Amino acid sequence: MLQSLLLRASNSISLPLPNRHQLSPSPKPLSAWIDAAPSAGQSPSNYRSALPSLRCTAAGGGSELQPLQNQGMAAQDEKDPRIARISSSIRIIPDFPKKGILFQDITTLLLDTKAFKDTIDLFVDRYKGKNISVVAGIEARGFIFGPPIALAIGAKFVPLRKPKKLPGEVISEEYSLEYGKDVIEMHVGAVQAGERALVIDDLIATGGTLCAAIRLLERVGVHVVECACVIELPELKGRERLEDKPLFVLISG
Amino acid sequence: MFAGENGLQGDPRLKAISDAIRVVPHFPKPGIMFQDITTLLLDHKAFKDTVDIFVDRYRDMDISVVAGVEARGFLFGPSIALAIGAKFVPLRKPKKLPGEVISEKYVLEYGNDCLEMHVGDVNHGERAIIIDDLVATGGTLSAAITLLERVGAEVVECACVIGLPEFKGKCRLNGKPLYILVEPRQ
Repeated sequence: MLQSLLLRASNSISLPLPNRHQLSPSPKPLSAWIDAAPSAGQSPSNYRSALPSLRCTAAGGGSELQPLQNQGMAAQDEKDPRIARISSSIRIIPDFPKKGILFQDITTLLLDTKAFKDTIDLFVDRYKGKNISVVAGIEARGFIFGPPIALAIGAKFVPLRKPKKLPGEVISEEYSLEYGKDVIEMHVGAVQAGERALVIDDLIATGGTLCAAIRLLERVGVHVVECACVIELPELKGRERLEDKPLFVLISG
Repeated sequence: MFAGENGLQGDPRLKAISDAIRVVPHFPKPGIMFQDITTLLLDHKAFKDTVDIFVDRYRDMDISVVAGVEARGFLFGPSIALAIGAKFVPLRKPKKLPGEVISEKYVLEYGNDCLEMHVGDVNHGERAIIIDDLVATGGTLSAAITLLERVGAEVVECACVIGLPEFKGKCRLNGKPLYILVEPRQ
């Protein structure tokens, strides 16, 4: 039996984090990547600038979770030694997927067993006991962080995937990229109306993918409690694109 | 080998895991009965049991690397890695990994595909397991074994949730043992 896999690049950019892996001498201005055209074969991804788009969410309200000193950041951020180690374990790869982009590579985080465990623990500590029954993870790097969190907090894990990957009946949500559109899908019946959910991805850039994920879940009556990412690129204003949907990140900048 | 013939005979968790997997006929094409593990992920107990069975097996085998095959290997591998204190190494389709990679081609029914791993993820002499949701022809897992062996790692075992019955008994893949929880359902 063969199972075909249709995979596409889904990447993001950053301005450099202050860490030892930084190779580029100085950050490129935002215009350097906003104006760049996607290369052939690459799917323009969520690092593009925010575009006029569908309302991210119909639901209102602020975060019901513990307000933090820095809005939506790990409260201890500068002081918690776990955060510093997590941040320094992330590798920056210049000019990937194309010139001018500084890619935040979390695969090096996964090689540091303590940093990876701390990453999961920080999310689990925040979300356990909050009656969250769904952790939705965005393909593919959301698949790395989401399941351990789901297992630890007693929730189910729901993969949100690119088109034609999920074998059963799906609902789809289209979203805008700088050039063109992309689609994210979820299995019908994976979630029920009234369930409380988190959406997980490794990084939020412009917020386009996360917005689409939120809309997908809310269309079937799920309450998205919060979005959670390891990394935020604040210059790309993803937090604003999420509007009133709370965002929690471990590392920003 | 299958878990049910090796240490977990009659373990009720195995039946629950099998029952939680949905079969989707004629996906991705007519005649194929696709084993959909997404329904297993919705069953918290069955999902946890799946991870626990692998963790119990590998925790004391001095494994320092859990390599997971994109994308469904990512659903199981990291939890296992975290529990046994190993690093998680993603094995990906071409052009996904941003750093320097090594690549291994493998044959599909029609055409070829390619699996990549970051240079430096795995060191010579490390003991590794490879995780995927399902083993059918073994083509992808064979490529994964080769990638790890090329950098001098010792592949201790390949672990899959689902495997075709021909992998029963002492059947090996590229000389490596397989450990499988359940057979495909009809």
